[in-house]
Parts: sequence; C-alpha cells; structure tokens
Amino acid sequence: MATPRFWREIPSRYNLIGTKCGSCGTLDFPPRAVCPKCGRKSVGKMMKQKLSGIGTIISYTIVYDAPSSFDLLKPYVLAVIELKEGARLTSQIINVEPGDVKIGMRVEAVFRKLGQEGEAGILQYGYKFKPVTGQGKSPATA
Amino acid sequence: MRGVAIIGVGETQFGELWDRSFRDLGIEAGLKAIEDAHIRAEDIDALYIGNMSAGKFIEQEHVSAIVADYAGLADSHLPTTRVEGGGACGALALLQAYAAIASGLHDIVVVGGAEKMTDVGEVKAAEILSATADQEWETVFGATFPALYAIMARRHMYEYGTTREQLAAVAVKNHRHGALNPVAQYQKEITMEMVLNAGMVADPLGVFDCAPLSDGAAAIVMCSLDRARKFCETPVELIASGQASDTIALHDRRDLTTMDATVVAGKRAFHRAGLTPADVDVAEVHDNFTISEIMAIEDLRFVKKGQGGPATEDGETALNSKISVNTSGGLKARGQPVGATGVAQAIEIVRQLRGEGGKRQVTDAEVGLTHTLGGTGATAVVHIFRRVR
Amino acid sequence: MVAGIVSYGGYVPRYRITPKEIGNVWGVDGEAMGRSLGITAKSVPSPDEDVITISVEAARACLRKVDVAPTDIGAIYVGSESHPYAVKPTATVVAEAIGSTPVMTAADFEFACKAGTAAIQACMGLTLSDMIKYGMAVGSDTSQGAPGDALEFSASAGGAALLIGKENLIAEINHTVSYTTDTPDFWRREGQQYPSHGGRFTGEPAYFKHVMSCAKLLMEKAKSKPEDYNYAVFHQPNGKFPVKVGRTLGFEDKQLDAGMLVRSIGNTYSGAVLLGLCSILDRAVPGDRIFMVGYGSGAGSDAFDITVTSNIKKLKHAETIEEMTRDAKFLDYGTYAKFRGKLRMRGD
Repeated sequence: MATPRFWREIPSRYNLIGTKCGSCGTLDFPPRAVCPKCGRKSVGKMMKQKLSGIGTIISYTIVYDAPSSFDLLKPYVLAVIELKEGARLTSQIINVEPGDVKIGMRVEAVFRKLGQEGEAGILQYGYKFKPVTGQGKSPATA
Repeated sequence: MRGVAIIGVGETQFGELWDRSFRDLGIEAGLKAIEDAHIRAEDIDALYIGNMSAGKFIEQEHVSAIVADYAGLADSHLPTTRVEGGGACGALALLQAYAAIASGLHDIVVVGGAEKMTDVGEVKAAEILSATADQEWETVFGATFPALYAIMARRHMYEYGTTREQLAAVAVKNHRHGALNPVAQYQKEITMEMVLNAGMVADPLGVFDCAPLSDGAAAIVMCSLDRARKFCETPVELIASGQASDTIALHDRRDLTTMDATVVAGKRAFHRAGLTPADVDVAEVHDNFTISEIMAIEDLRFVKKGQGGPATEDGETALNSKISVNTSGGLKARGQPVGATGVAQAIEIVRQLRGEGGKRQVTDAEVGLTHTLGGTGATAVVHIFRRVR
Repeated sequence: MVAGIVSYGGYVPRYRITPKEIGNVWGVDGEAMGRSLGITAKSVPSPDEDVITISVEAARACLRKVDVAPTDIGAIYVGSESHPYAVKPTATVVAEAIGSTPVMTAADFEFACKAGTAAIQACMGLTLSDMIKYGMAVGSDTSQGAPGDALEFSASAGGAALLIGKENLIAEINHTVSYTTDTPDFWRREGQQYPSHGGRFTGEPAYFKHVMSCAKLLMEKAKSKPEDYNYAVFHQPNGKFPVKVGRTLGFEDKQLDAGMLVRSIGNTYSGAVLLGLCSILDRAVPGDRIFMVGYGSGAGSDAFDITVTSNIKKLKHAETIEEMTRDAKFLDYGTYAKFRGKLRMRGD
C-alpha cells in the first residue's frame, strides 16, 4: 500500500478514531461522511470519536494460506469484532493459541506492526486485538 | 421494455491453459457463440465484456477493445465496454446487454466474460482476488478472500449448527456434476473424506472448500425476443434480472450468515419475472466457496434459512432432485475464471433449457436461474431464464 | 522544585526462549550458560513487534495509570539501539499513537543500553526549565545477538516509559549524575545486522568502571550510603554483573531482587534498568528510596536517586510487570529464528 494512502488513515489505524452521527448518535468505524442510518440529515454532523478498543469476537477464522507478507505470522487468527460502542471491524487476534479462540471472547486493542512496503519501504502500524487479560489463556508450554 | 433472448452460446475449456492467452480465450468463446447464433459479424451492434482484473492478472486494461480487435471487428467500430463488479462482472455484462436490448438501444449484442489468472503465481492470484474485499479495512489487517468466507462459515455453524460435512457435501456434489461437463476444469468425482482431510486454507475451509484459479472465457449472443426465432430454433428468454449491493466490508453487514444483496437481488428478479423460487428447475449459484452455495440457496429462498447445510447433505440440490443446483459443476468444479463466471453460468442454464445438457440434463427444465457474487457479497446479480415454447 | 516521575509503564513481549534451547542448536551446554549468565529465559518479540510497538505499548501503559492529557506532553524521547528505522523517528509514532501531536518535540536517542536514562535526564531538564509541562522518556529494545554468539543467550526485548514532570509526582528524582568516557566495548556499525563486542573487555574497563564510578558519584552528591535505599537497580546485561556491582558497593541482595528482571526475561538493553525500576515501583510504598544506575556501552552511566511519594497510591490499577511476564509462551529455536528474521526468505 502506497505511503500516502496508509498515512492518511493513521488516526483510525493507531487510535480507532471513528465517527459519531450528530443526528442519531450511531458510531461508525472507520469514519464516514454520511451516516448509513440518517443519510442526508447527517451530512456535516459526523463528529470524530475515539473508540474504546474493547470488543467481542463475532466470528473468526484461522488463516493458513496468506500473502507472503504474512508468512511469519501463519497460522494467524482473523476475526470480526464488535466494539462495545457497536461498530464492527476486522482484525487479527494475537497472544492466544488459535484453538482457544471462541465466538463471544472479549478482546482489547493493542498496537502492532501490520506490514511494510517491501524491505526498504515504510513500516505500517495499527491495531490488532488480544484477549482481555484473564480469559482464553492457555498454559505456558515448554 | 421488449423481451430479450439468448440465441447463441460458446465457451472455452476451463482450467490451467498454459498455451492460451487472454486474447486466444476471448476470441474462441466469441466465435463459438456467433457461430451458434448463426449471425454474421456485421449483425453485431455492441460488445460487453465482463472482466475483473486483467490489469493485475496480465497487466492489460482496456480489454473490451482488444477482444473486438482480435475478433476481426476493428473495422466495424463497435461500441465495446468492459464491465467490472468483482466476481459478478460477467453477470453484470449480461445485465448491461439485457438493458441495452430491452430498451431498444441495440438489437444484437455479444456478451463476453474472460479471465486469464494463471500468468501470475497462486499466492499473487489469491491477493488479486482479495482486492474485491475492502483493501483499507480488511485486507490490510490480514483478511484473505477465503478468510472472510471462513468467518461467514464459522458464524453459520455457530448459529445454525451447520457442519463441516455439510459444507463438504457441496464440493462432493459439484464435482459429481463437473464430471459430466466436458469443459469443466475438474471432471473428477471426489469423496467426503478427501474434502475433510484436505489441508486448511482458512479454518473451517479447506482446499476442497475453495473454487480453483482458472483460465477461461464464455460468450453469449443476445437479441430481441421477437427476432430470436430468425436466428435460433431454441431461443431462451432472459425474463428478469435483479441486482443489489451491500457494504463493501463483511464486518459492516447486518448479518454475517445472510447476504442481503442476494436476498434483495433474488426478490427483485422473482418479482419482475412473476415467479417464485419454487418455479426454478435448475440454478447456477456462486459457489466460490462451499459456504457460499449454502448461503445462496438459503438467501434465494430455495430452502429455509439455516437449512442449506442439511438440504445439501440430503441431496435436495443434486441433479434432478428437488432443485438442481450447479449442474455445470459450479465454480468449484467447472472452474472460476472470474470474469467468465456469470456468462458461463448463463450458458449452463441455456443448455439445460434447450435440452442440451447431455448426461447432466435436468428433466423438463423450464425455468433456470443464475446467481453471481462480487466480493464477499457487496454485489449480487440474479438472472431468471425461461425456455421459449 | 524537583522533577520526578508522574507515571510509569512497561511492556514485555509474550514469547520466551531458554538458554538450553539455544545451546542445543549451537552445541553449547546452554543450561550451564544460563547458570553462568544468571538467566532462565529471555523474551522474544513476535514478528509484528518491534521497538516502535513496544514503545507505544509502554507509553500507553504509562498513561493508563494517570489522568494526564496527552497533549500536555511536550517532549517524547525514545532511547533504543534497535530503532526499526535508521532514519525516521520512533518517537513520532509513539507521539501519534498516544495522541500528543502536533505541538510537541520528539526525537530518538541512541546510547547503547542507556539511551532511556539519557531521555529521562533530557525530560528533567525541559520540565525544570519550564519549557514543557511533561516529558516522556522511553527506553526500548529488540536487541539481537548474532546466531551462536554469547549475546544470543541474553539479548531480549522489552521497554518502559516514564512520564516526567514537576507536579503530582509519584517519585521525586532527588539527584542524577552521569559518567562518560570513550570506551568501545560494544558497537554496531551502520548497515550491520548484529552488534559486535569486546568479549571480556565489556566487563572491567567498561561496565564495572562506569557503573561503579557513577554510583559512587551519586552517593557523594546525595551524601548517602547503600543502607539508605530500599531498592537498587543496575543495568543488567546478565544476572551476574548487577549483583556483583551491587555487592561491591555494599548493597544487599534483597535490595536488588525486585529489579532483577534479567533473570526471567534477559537483557532488554535500553529497557532493562527502566523495566527494573517499573517492577520496583509496582511494589513500592510512599517513602521508599531507590538507587538506579544505567549503563550504555561506548560508554557511560546515568545514576538516579529517587524517593517514592504518597501519590503512588493514587495511580490507577493496571497490569504489573510481574503479571505481564506471567503469560509466557516458550519457543523452539526454529520458531525463534523465524520470528527474529534469522532465516533468509525469498524476496518478492
């Protein structure tokens, strides 16, 4: 992904900045210019809002075949997460054994490297999620 | 609006066609369709080409002009248009042609669909396919195309108790059908054990839950219904189409286990056709993954929501059962040259309604349906066809 | 007016490898190596972790404990010898990720293992001179030892962030002194993947000379003795050096134990002495006095005399370093080599 294209979205990728509709109060992530519920009424009333980063797994998969840029992470868990504010997003789940992931598991956002633009290009950072401490841990293996 | 009929069809072999170029494939399918329709090149008013990503697969855009040029039609200066809508582009090209004829803009139109996918490696090809999902908010975070469908599958299992075996039953059935289709990429039956024991791509979807990467092209000649008999003894009428869209990202959908775009496109098509799902004898649905067919037959109301798995397992969607689904082998066995898919699906329905289905003929097929998806369901197109008596 | 610590936070990656596992690959008695280094395991970053992510996690952990507006942080300095970029700061990513941008200053520091303590001193100067309200000093590393090198048994990953200011201090920094010479005991040339070191030259003329000299300077300045402190933490390249230096100076082992994270997570370089301090602050009570001496090859030491205040009780509850390091997952050498980029991959 080209540098300016990634850079443009840094506020949402680093800090989960979404929008709140000034008309109906619905929270959207990523930011939207028009509220899907209110349509034209919302234009000009969409306010930036930071989301909590706390959510629940709605569904997930364990990815075995992935682009070469994900070679070091395979297999990795990818999930659709519903944040407690209601908005949903897609993210990797880390710090957990793939077999321990469950629908309904509570997760929280952490800051990780998402990728890089080749060996000499920029590094891309953003959110991944990990289980909220105290659940879904597997015993340490030696 | 005037009636629209299909008067000629043609397609290439589907598969890994190392010695064939994009141009070769497009021309072969087009010439076969023109020959089948008994028309002359100068009869053609316009050309619509469904193609998803020639720019990424073969680094060539503007493929509509190329196909016309290499079909020897450059001197006719035909209007040619490429149509893109992810995996639904072939079905959308068909819809454009349908609208052009129904409105009276054109009389005879050729619709082509083509994709040359094997000139790039498998990993690269998978990346290109995933570009129909949301690049900014899905794929950047590690979403692959199979991963997104696996997320739907997992939720479907969670909500409706759908099993791995039921998913596998889709692949087994479609390979059984594909074995009867001489242009299919895989003309070989597979067993439930093979599907279940195959390596994982994105849990719970294994290698045999995914349609292959393919080269291939398909073409159709269409004209107004009133002139159809002049060219063709067995015209098939395209009686209605429905198209719908939804959020680009899977996570923004109302329900991960229902494709609302399919539901709405289906309702629109059935409403326009004055038919119900029960009237359909044969359907080609978008089985790019096994879960896709299960969701499609539910969302098109062939079975109740949540019953797609059991219905497939019980054989209700097999050839000449309750409703014959994917008699061509589907994307799973016939192959998945993306741009060709929607057109190839329509060709299978035309063959069935003409009674040219050979060993896979659906008995007394009167009404057929195609269902094609773009992305993870951000676009859905449904066409309904009927045999002209 | 004194400057001090307003909040603190640390981060240690989840993965570990044992000296035994490393030794098995290189034909070395890894267990004996571990015993002689005083290390039972070292932390390993996941492929999606680097100094930037570790610094951000530490900075966020630091801010979670207090109600400080990120925009009141006027300076962020990140000390590391393994910044992911040779050119382009780690500190700007940290600043953006905690919401401190844009009216602030930021820079990356490098002084081998003591870049983090140098950042503390810089932040102290800026706050004491009223140039900024708060400064954030981060020390963080994902250090590498060349495969098979003795350093590979100890070089680990982790980091910590300290919020420095003049108000609402949980700990006052009573004194700080530094001791610096040109001593090339450990280095990494531009473009080299792995550092080089002078073997036993890193000991007496380097670590011990600088740490001892700096510690003595601090006690002279503070007019203090080892028994005046509840805790002492020294830079810990292994489990032996800080104990030896502590005992020589007259500290008892019980003063050292709380800060000796090296034993379970290895040498986190720029993060080491700061993580040790975090671990001490996790259990400190008002009035506790802490003696801290960092060391960076090349070479220099920064020493700090710190007194914990009653405000430490007001910090919001957050995961302690001990809790964070409990959920460890041990790797085999193959996975470790993959994670650390030691395998030559096909270029795309």
